[in-house]
Amino acid sequence: MRRNGYRARAVALHAALIALSTVFLFPLAWLISTSLKPIEETMKTPPTYLPTHFVLANYARAFTYGGDTLGFIPFLVYGRNTLLIAVLAVSGAVASNAAVAYGFARLRWPGRDLAFAVTLATMMVPFPVLMVPLFALFQKLGWTGTFRPLWVPAWFGSAFSIFLLRQFFRTIPTELSEAARIDGCSEWSTFTQVILPLARPALAVVALFTFMAVWNDFLGPLIYLSDQRLFTLSLGLQAFQTQHGGTEWNLLMAASTIVVLPVIALFFFTQRQFIQGIAVTGLKG
Amino acid sequence: MRPPRREALAGALFVLPWVVGFSVFLLYPLLASIYYSFCDYSVLRPPVFTGLANYRALWRDEVFWIALRNTAVYAAWALPVSAVVAIGLALLLNTGVRGMTVYRTIFFVPSLVPMVALAVLWQWIFNGQVGVLNDLLGRVGVRGPNWLGDPAWAKAALVILAAWGVGNAVVIYLAGLQDVPRQLYEAAGLDGAGAWQQTRHVTLPVLSPVILFNVIMGIIGTLQVFTVPYVISPAGSPARSIYFYAMYLFDNAFIYHRMGYACAMGWILFVVILALTMVALKLSERHVHYGGI
Repeated sequence: MRRNGYRARAVALHAALIALSTVFLFPLAWLISTSLKPIEETMKTPPTYLPTHFVLANYARAFTYGGDTLGFIPFLVYGRNTLLIAVLAVSGAVASNAAVAYGFARLRWPGRDLAFAVTLATMMVPFPVLMVPLFALFQKLGWTGTFRPLWVPAWFGSAFSIFLLRQFFRTIPTELSEAARIDGCSEWSTFTQVILPLARPALAVVALFTFMAVWNDFLGPLIYLSDQRLFTLSLGLQAFQTQHGGTEWNLLMAASTIVVLPVIALFFFTQRQFIQGIAVTGLKG
Repeated sequence: MRPPRREALAGALFVLPWVVGFSVFLLYPLLASIYYSFCDYSVLRPPVFTGLANYRALWRDEVFWIALRNTAVYAAWALPVSAVVAIGLALLLNTGVRGMTVYRTIFFVPSLVPMVALAVLWQWIFNGQVGVLNDLLGRVGVRGPNWLGDPAWAKAALVILAAWGVGNAVVIYLAGLQDVPRQLYEAAGLDGAGAWQQTRHVTLPVLSPVILFNVIMGIIGTLQVFTVPYVISPAGSPARSIYFYAMYLFDNAFIYHRMGYACAMGWILFVVILALTMVALKLSERHVHYGGI
């Protein structure tokens, strides 16, 4: 009797979860389905849920589209631009945030706790407040129209990553650093030889989040970039959409898939760290 | 033990990048932004101090009020809808069903989709003529509206879109739920509490700090909504129904070159966010339980 009750409950739960999963996955399935259809098929009512003819060539066309305005392959260039910014930002973020978080987590200095509270408080500042003066600053430096505004700040730390790494560093037993000190290690070599190797998972989370932020960023490139040859994928996709005026949906969906897939692929390979990172940072805020 | 002085010096050196970053990319822009908000400023020419002129002009600016109202209405729907969807999904996942990792991944994946791609994809789904959503609704006998083409429905479409991307919050809620001590449920069960009562009197109170955190992050994020509506329509069409605060701020700064005006808007947004956060914290005093139950 009791067991049947549990069974019925489990079946009901799975039914609900499967139904909801379908709802959540459907838009992505629709994205991929449309990206593989010939153009006539995208305009059919009622729509076909699976392409009757698969047109993989849509992807090749999405990659090479733009010849009429630029005369070259924008999506490959956009991808390269985005990757370049991401690599520069990620390496800077990992290096600087690790050092800063170490200073906050494992060294005692006057005013540290106040400084850390201020760091946390900066997360409350909405970007629109900073947008204009930052633009004016980068303009004065002659950085507008280059990638620099999009990656240089990452080399000077971000509150969110500092917070995340500090939480992690605090879980490493202090005896380890003390032993290193007794062995005559300098503070810097304690940091690089003892702490950093242990912190690899947390550093990976910071790298992932920074990469995602660059990959997703739209407003930054929109403000600072004007030359189409320097566009990132986000800007490129938006420009692609505007040029198409909503007509060639299959190509637009193929282009969107190109932007979406790397992030989802990255997620699948790093799932555990990703979820842990979100859970850790989310809770202790 | 090394002398604390050396440690203090080392600490300062380690934190140095952030001190520079904080001063250059945060503190300086903040102060500059306050100053610019009292100036006539177009970046091309040096700022000219005009006192409260920007704020006075905003008060009389019809578009400012439209954008503010749109943002408030959107937030008033998007925040609770997303919260209910996220908490609901997290509660379902927390029942110990098999394959939880798979379900959790499925709900999380949409929040990985970059904003621009998200906007483009949903524009296609919401399409009034050949959109798949209206076809699906038609199959169950509902005549779908012309979503993004109808001022009465455009914001609703954005709320649906926000609810689709709650995966992030689901993961945070789930982490919170897994911290709820098992004994609490056992005790409640012995007292004869049913599933709903357990949720109401055990789960939600223990989860309340996480809810508060998500609500505050939600307020900050939602009031700054920009990318998705901007990609759908930079003018916030139809009929400016999805023209939001950050879009008007952006237009003032980079299209009309009224940088001082844009800064004044930025500060009003900051004050609104701060005020709402304070209200949320104040209201939560009675309802949020921290540990020690």
